[in-house]
Amino acid sequence: MKKQAVGAAIVVLLLAAAAYAAFFIAPTDSKQGVIYRIIFLHVPCAETGLVAFFVCFAANVAYVLKRNAKWDWLGVSAAEVGLVFTTACLVTGPIWAKPVWGIWWTWDARLTSTAVLWLLYVSYLMLRSLVEEPERRALLSALFGIFAFIDVPLVFGSIRWWRTQHPQPVIMGGPGSGLDPTMLRVLLFCWVPMLALMVLLMQSRYRLEAMRGDLELVRREAEAA
Amino acid sequence: MKNLNSVFAAYLVAWAIFFVYYVTVARRAAALREDLERLKESVTRPVDASAAANRGK
Repeated sequence: MKKQAVGAAIVVLLLAAAAYAAFFIAPTDSKQGVIYRIIFLHVPCAETGLVAFFVCFAANVAYVLKRNAKWDWLGVSAAEVGLVFTTACLVTGPIWAKPVWGIWWTWDARLTSTAVLWLLYVSYLMLRSLVEEPERRALLSALFGIFAFIDVPLVFGSIRWWRTQHPQPVIMGGPGSGLDPTMLRVLLFCWVPMLALMVLLMQSRYRLEAMRGDLELVRREAEAA
Repeated sequence: MKNLNSVFAAYLVAWAIFFVYYVTVARRAAALREDLERLKESVTRPVDASAAANRGK
């Protein structure tokens, strides 16, 4: 418990440092002005969400191969945390888009594939709530999670493969793309607290799922007795 | 400093989402812990009662 509190305090300090860097260290963009500073929050949220979904995918594959409940617990924890980061991404994006594009939302490839990704993982969690039997629930959701992950490369590649309203990639975007070196350093630094927050949330959620597993076990013993 | 309010709003909303989720997980864990304790007690109680009865014989 004490370890958890120390971890949470470190994450809060890192988040504060990232906000400071985003507001005071990164230079103001000559075209967009101050509003572009949202990218220091929006991009790390989006990337961290994708990392969490990758963890979910790896855990789902591991569950299908090994049938160990711990992989199921990790899978659901990563899916839920990924969904939280994707929600933050989907909320902060339109706040940036309205002053820059003049609209909150448009159905371009990046935005649509991200919205679909969000819906897929909501479905993953809903599917789990519909199946009572733990082994069946774990297997069905693992298979669905593997299917849902197909959208992650589509989200990543959408701004590279198709012309979109969404800005072109600033990292790994090929020739002609990129950011001012200070902006890039701040952006990478802002990703660190998000990853730390992802680990913290995933740990808490995993403990919850492990406890739920214990509860199911005790309940079954009580029923058998 | 045009649009500074929008930047603050984005930060506030995102942090609120993370905070609410963290609190939700903590509350769910607390509720589950209580359930688990209650269930463990109900499972062990009949055993204790029969053990006491055996000791009495």
